[in-house]
Parts: sequence; structure tokens; C-alpha cells
Amino acid sequence: MSAITLEHITKTYNKGTIVAVDDVSFSIEKGEIFGLIGPDGAGKSTIFRLLTTLLLPDKGTANVGGFDVVKDFKAIRGILGYMPGKFSLYQDLTVEENLEFFATVFDTTIEQNYDLIKDIYVQLEPFKDRRAGKLSGGMKQKLALCCALIHKPEILFLDEPTTGVDVVSRREFWDMLKRYKQQGITILVSTSYMDEATLCDRIGLILGGKMLSIASPADTIKAYAETLYAVKSKSMYKLLTDLRRFEGTANCYTFGEYLHLHIKCTETEVKKFLSDKGYDDLEFKVVTPTIEDCFIRLLKDKDERRSSN
Amino acid sequence: MSEEVVIKTNKLTKRFGDFVAVDEITFDVHKGEIFGFLGANGAGKTTAMRMLCGLSTPTSGEATVAGFDVFKEPEEIKKNIGYMSQKFSLYEDLSVLENIEFYGGIYGLTNKEIKEKSTELTEKLGLQNEAKKLVRSLPLGWKQKLSFLVAIVHQPKIVFLDEPTGGVDPYMRREFWDLIYDAADKGITIFVTTHYLDEAEYCNRVTIMVDGKIEALDSPGGLREKFGVATIDEVFYKLAREAKRSAD
Repeated sequence: MSAITLEHITKTYNKGTIVAVDDVSFSIEKGEIFGLIGPDGAGKSTIFRLLTTLLLPDKGTANVGGFDVVKDFKAIRGILGYMPGKFSLYQDLTVEENLEFFATVFDTTIEQNYDLIKDIYVQLEPFKDRRAGKLSGGMKQKLALCCALIHKPEILFLDEPTTGVDVVSRREFWDMLKRYKQQGITILVSTSYMDEATLCDRIGLILGGKMLSIASPADTIKAYAETLYAVKSKSMYKLLTDLRRFEGTANCYTFGEYLHLHIKCTETEVKKFLSDKGYDDLEFKVVTPTIEDCFIRLLKDKDERRSSN
Repeated sequence: MSEEVVIKTNKLTKRFGDFVAVDEITFDVHKGEIFGFLGANGAGKTTAMRMLCGLSTPTSGEATVAGFDVFKEPEEIKKNIGYMSQKFSLYEDLSVLENIEFYGGIYGLTNKEIKEKSTELTEKLGLQNEAKKLVRSLPLGWKQKLSFLVAIVHQPKIVFLDEPTGGVDPYMRREFWDLIYDAADKGITIFVTTHYLDEAEYCNRVTIMVDGKIEALDSPGGLREKFGVATIDEVFYKLAREAKRSAD
């Protein structure tokens, strides 16, 4: 059963001059973790706002939990939990007051659904009398998640929930999401961390308001057909600039301790170019692409199309 | 990168009441170095950075930044550094050009210099068509790139970057780092915090702060070797997991 379906959804701003979401159709299964991945301005947050009934689509229909986003918006608001990209709790209320507020609005109590938030809330408890505006980034995010969960929603909408959050808290956060999934909660999440994208059941790559591909992380990676090389030397910045100037290079970019290289010439030619340049400590190997490589390739293609137009 | 030291701290400490936000940190940063300053949320990074920028007086210890003492000469420090953060950078209600003019003016550039800089920066970013648009209307990645170039508009000795790429997509983050490399290549020292640990690999040296203390300081390769792990992610995880405190 689908928890969320979008059919030919279009949303424009500024009297139709800006197309934020362009004829997008997809569905998300109940209990699925679906990741929405795309650059700034791709339309991710607009999709979140349409599905949480905060915006009306120009065209198309969408269902959330079996309810229509236009006609049944009130029913949808009762079954969803939403963490917007921008911290939106009451800064002048304390941690506890915020949570109580959200529980009351949804006609429930903290005690009633405490099990669901217990693991997170115990970390917040020492600060329960602190105003939300005075919390650190990681703590704000934990509180926002608690508030989104306190009425036991069927579907969670998380718009970049881990931006500005350190790696330890991010791992804890995703462990939590997996537990919610096991309880049957459907999760739509966007992120700029590609390691998180690989933790989703399926990811949708979105660009310029259009959905370019929807697949599992493994299948998304399989679709990267070309050979990808990892290259390393002592002077990485020089290597990067040299490879970018080389005409046989299709794309070259930093990737952790290596450079990732995609070529349009032969491996022999690029190796000769590098040895002519005097690199004698070179590490040069074929690597399996990651989601991040897929993402970069997508954007690179777009950039090239734009500049060739 | 040269041997010249541009930031020097010795047991630098900041307390807020009973709480030791930064606990006796000691390190040197060299001219033209890209120095990564990592740590979990609440580890004390922002407090340390505020002291080095002359915005917060340390409780004890010593530090000089660009040759000036953080206790006695904070105003001189401010003139010789640049600063940008994820949260505050540009004025959203001013246009791209107005922001460049404003910051150029603040940092004492002449009108002629401001004009040259405006052309140079908008061209470098390919923002010629957007020059008169409000910064509000730019995508986050563009804002951050502009913000960085504005932070170094007065050719500071050091630029402090507090999570400059937070929420920026992987493609734009790399374009941002191209600008960092370029600035470092021209001798500007980069002091940067990030939660994207692939970016730690782009630094010459990396520190990891845990509960106000510096628990590790080495090149990325050196850290990986020392901890016997494949990525900086794992080094960070090993250290930060032990952290006692979790909020600011």
C-alpha cells in the first residue's frame, strides 16, 4: 500500500514565472524511508510543503495516508509529523513547554506516547527548563524530532533534519529512523549528506523541479556506467588543477583523500600525461562510484547543458 | 604554506561560570595553511573561534592572531581577519553589489577598489546577471560562495569559516572548496569548521575537539594512521563518542 502518491504535481511561484515543481509523479510505500536528494532550489522543500498541506499545487493530485492534500488537509495534518528545514519551534518556550504545546495541539499528552520519544528525550531532559532558542544545533534538532513525533504520526516529513549536526548525532538519528520504520512509520527525508542517502530504501534525485530518477541506492550506483578512477599524490591541489586542464578529462573533483576522475581518453593517455608532468608518487586506481559521484555527475551534466545552450 | 606562524595559542581557556567551554587549548597555525577545526556540536569550537576573532575575552591562557594579542589588541585582530558563518554572512535585503560595497566600505577599501572588487567578484562567481538582485533570492550555495569572497575582500591574513558549507549540496560544496584552495594558494590562512568529514581531508591539518579539549591534531593522513582507520569519519566517531557533554 502506498502511503504517499503524487500524480503530475506542478507548483509555480511568482505568477507562474518560477516553476518549483514540474509535473512530478511518484509514490512511497508504507514503512519506507524515501530520500529526496537534490541541489539547493531543486524543489525539495516545495514538495514537503505540498505534502504537508501548507501549499496548494497548481496542477496534479497528491495523497497522503489515503487523504487528498487539498480536500482532506485537516485529516492529513492529524497523521503527519513535520520537521521543516528551518528550526520552527517556539524559541521563547522551554524544551518541556514546546513538547507540551505540541502534544496539546494534537489532543494528546507527553505520557501517552512517551515510548516513541523516550530514547531522544532522555538526552534532552537535563535541559528541559532551557529555552529552545538557547539550545545547541544538535539539541534543537532532537527537540524538533520529539515535537514531530509526540502525536504518534503515521508519516514523518523530515526536511534536512541533520544539517549542522555532527557525525555521532547523525548516526544516532538514523538509528532512530530505522526503529520508527520498523514500527510502520513512513518517512520522507531530504539531506545534503550522501552517506545518509545510502541509508534510505529508495532515493529520488531531483533537479530543476523534475524527478530524474527513483531507485534504491544500489541501483542508482549501478546506473553509473563509466569507469571512475581515484587518484592521489602528495600535492593534491596541483594534481587537481593539472587534471582539470588536461583535455582527456571529462570531470575531476576532490573526494576525501583522493581525487575522483572520469576520463574521455584512455587510461594510458592520462597516465602518460601525469608522468610527463613529473608525478612519481602517484596512486591511480579504479573505484566503485558512490551516491555522491552519481549526484556530482548529474549536476555536471546539467552545468554542461546550460553552458552549451 | 610557510613556517610563519599566524595563530598561536597557549592553554587558551574560556569559562562561563562553572562551565569550561574551552579547556587549555594549545596549537599553532601557519601562513597559508588550511586548518580544519572539527568537533561535535557543543565541543567548544564556536567559543574558541570567537576568542580568536577578538569577539570574546579568554578567561586564561595566551593567544596571538596575525601577530596581535587577543587580550590587548582585539580591534587590531578584527581588521586583519575575515569571518563568515553558515548563520550570518550577508544582508539578505541588500543586492549582491550592495553587499560587496557595504563590506568593502567597512573594511576601509577606497571607492575605486570597491568598484574593481565588485567586477572581479561577480565575474569570478558568474553572477553578472544577478548583481542587482537581492541576496535573498540566491540559492544557498551561491550565497555562501559570495559570502566567502566578501569575507576576504580586504585581503585579510586569516579567514575564519564557521560551518560555511552547512546544508550545501555536494556539488556546490566542491565549488566552495575551489575558492578556499585558491585563497590559501594566495597566502590567506584558512581556519574552518565543518560537519562534512570528507572536507577534513582537504585540510593540511585537522584538530578534533572533544568537551573543550583538543584530543587530536595532525594531518588527515597522520590521524587515519594513528587511529588505524580508513577515514576521518571513523577517527571522529572514535573520539566524539566518548564525549561527556552534548549541549552548549
